[in-house]
Amino acid sequence: MSLLIRIPLDSAAVALGADDVAAAVEREAAKRKMAVTVVRTGSRGMHWLEPLIDVDGVGFGPVTAADVAALFDANFAKHPLNIGKIAEHPFMKAQTRLTFARCGAIDPTSFHEYQAAGGLNGVGAAIMIGPAQTRDAVLKSGLRGRGGAGFPTGIKWKTVAEAKGETKYIVCNADEGDSGTFSDRMIMEGDPFSVIEGMAIAGIATGATYGYVYIRSEYPVAVRVMTRAIRNARAAGLLGARVIGSDHSFDIEVRVGAGAYVCGEETSLLESLEGKRGQVRAKPPLPAIQGLFGKPTSVNNVITLASVPAILSDGADAYKRLGMDRSRGTIPIQLAGNVKYAGLFEAPFGMTLGDLVMKIGGGTRSGRPVRAVQVGGPLGAYFPTGLFDTPFDYEAFAAKGGLVGHAGIVVFDDTVDLARQARFAMEFCAIESCGKCTPCRIGSVRGVELIDRILAGNSGPEQFALLDDLCSTMRQGSLCALGGFVPYPVTSAMTHFPEDFRKNVA
Amino acid sequence: MSSYSAWDEKHAGEIIDGLKSTAGATLPILHALQGAFGHITERAVEMIADALNLSRAEVHGVVSFYHDFRRELPGRHVLKLCRAEACQSMGADALAAKAKNALGVDWHGTTADGRVTLEPVFCLGLCSCAPAAMIDDKLVARLDETSLAATIAKARA
Ligand SMILES: Cc1cc2nc3c(=O)[nH]c(=O)nc-3n(C[C@H](O)[C@H](O)[C@H](O)COP(=O)(O)O)c2cc1C
Ligand code: SF4
Ligand code: FES
Repeated sequence: MSLLIRIPLDSAAVALGADDVAAAVEREAAKRKMAVTVVRTGSRGMHWLEPLIDVDGVGFGPVTAADVAALFDANFAKHPLNIGKIAEHPFMKAQTRLTFARCGAIDPTSFHEYQAAGGLNGVGAAIMIGPAQTRDAVLKSGLRGRGGAGFPTGIKWKTVAEAKGETKYIVCNADEGDSGTFSDRMIMEGDPFSVIEGMAIAGIATGATYGYVYIRSEYPVAVRVMTRAIRNARAAGLLGARVIGSDHSFDIEVRVGAGAYVCGEETSLLESLEGKRGQVRAKPPLPAIQGLFGKPTSVNNVITLASVPAILSDGADAYKRLGMDRSRGTIPIQLAGNVKYAGLFEAPFGMTLGDLVMKIGGGTRSGRPVRAVQVGGPLGAYFPTGLFDTPFDYEAFAAKGGLVGHAGIVVFDDTVDLARQARFAMEFCAIESCGKCTPCRIGSVRGVELIDRILAGNSGPEQFALLDDLCSTMRQGSLCALGGFVPYPVTSAMTHFPEDFRKNVA
Repeated sequence: MSSYSAWDEKHAGEIIDGLKSTAGATLPILHALQGAFGHITERAVEMIADALNLSRAEVHGVVSFYHDFRRELPGRHVLKLCRAEACQSMGADALAAKAKNALGVDWHGTTADGRVTLEPVFCLGLCSCAPAAMIDDKLVARLDETSLAATIAKARA
């Protein structure tokens, strides 16, 4: 019997040396003439323990290549890096893993392992109940788009299904440009069949027969794993003329972005897929009516799609039972930046921000006090610890002047300067603006200048009023949420951390 | 290290022919050409325009819109440092200043010896182990002054 050792191929693990560890394991096994099979998997999401290797469900981490010989000596049992059963780890036990149930546990490109771990039950159910009831189940589950806008997925699918047209598309938005987010990357690297299955279900539900996965170019590992998984899914009959033997036909191809944050915006993404500059389109028409190449198109985030199989297999009610108010089900929260236990934590909506950052995340990595967190990417608000009682919920965040977005939490310690963060938000907007509307294109440049003037200290209170004005112009006059939401980080920084703007003011 | 072929019109033509009938072919073609030749030449723009029935201005417009596409060859190594918020929270700004200083270039600049091009990147999805970087195809997490200096020294060797 060969010893099975699972080592992540996940980008975060690789960036921390997982490839070197895998090579060392192979070398050591050869040296000892031991039969060892190395399987590369996704990550469990406990990134402070990466590279985390898994031997029979027991974890060892963080492992370096230099530790490998000693791990063999210890027979992969008693060793300081032994964290015990991975599934029993408190960080894992505290989660409700539906979307990420398999991620890290299986070989991501093995169709066989996917199926053995419960894969395909969702698409099977969708085929059995048919398109209308599939849409209904997704609507009833309460699933809202995880890309940021939180629009009910079932309604979008209904619009596409009812739109006139022979050709319809499913576009999986894997542009994941928000700082502090990596859940799309992790699921594409760790359980790509769940995304493929979700897209196939979306196809059945809407009548679309072709799909694109638009992956940002900053994610080469995800591109590679996803491409292989699609090939394997086709060979296994999940994709093709007869989806798992049914009358539904569906196929997918991967397209790679080219380094433009705005291409995560759905209409910009469609322009990019069509081979054009990624300039945002005015709505209407909605992409659901006139999307890719003018055809009805459902643009869905990776996590939205990957959440669908479990909804179909376990039932809409089971999903809906989780969460709070109008935020139903689970959400993979990403703990990022200066946080001790950084990684991915899937939980029902409703946990407080403070519990996530302090209890789950363990506070800062630097050991200094937490001063601010930015939730929802570069267009999300900065929250002080005074708002830590805010529950993770779309409406609760909106009520506090923030947004959940793609559920990334970036933690900062007390060395952060919120005026500089506000300046960066404007600078980022200026760099990434698609250029279509003036408030965003010119306003962001003006915003940087204004904040620079405030920081230089040679200005009076009128500069603050100007910055406020500029923010409301951008909020009201921008075509999309790049220009429209950049006031979130800026005004939240001014509101909650005014002292950082006044350091140099006479 | 990145190794690119010298411009070869025949090879470029084959790449374009192989992809031109895919829907929305511009980006796939540009990626393939840049992968082969390291940058998008003026002649490539002309050839793409011809193949896809676009004006040269349209193709230029696409090339200039996306940060990934370059009109000039990069240095032998490309060092991308993440500038986004999660990396900032772990000291990315100071590291970027160090890198610029050590290399004697600003963002997008290439060292005088042609060894290293420094590029900013906004998130590599490694925000849980920041600061993050990429040297050619290799991802690096928890970058610090020591590992940055070592990475630069290796690239310049
Ligand atoms: C500037 C900007 C960037 C965006 N980036 C992304 C992204 O990277 N991924 C994503 O899924 N949605 C992104 N969105 C939201 C999309 O426009 C769209 O709402 C989403 O893809 C719909 O899928 P969902 O309903 O499943 O969330 C972005 C929006 C804006 C305005
Ligand atoms: S707000 Fe900015 S990114 Fe959005 S459409 Fe206008 S110019 Fe383009
Ligand atoms: S912010 Fe630097 S990797 Fe995400």
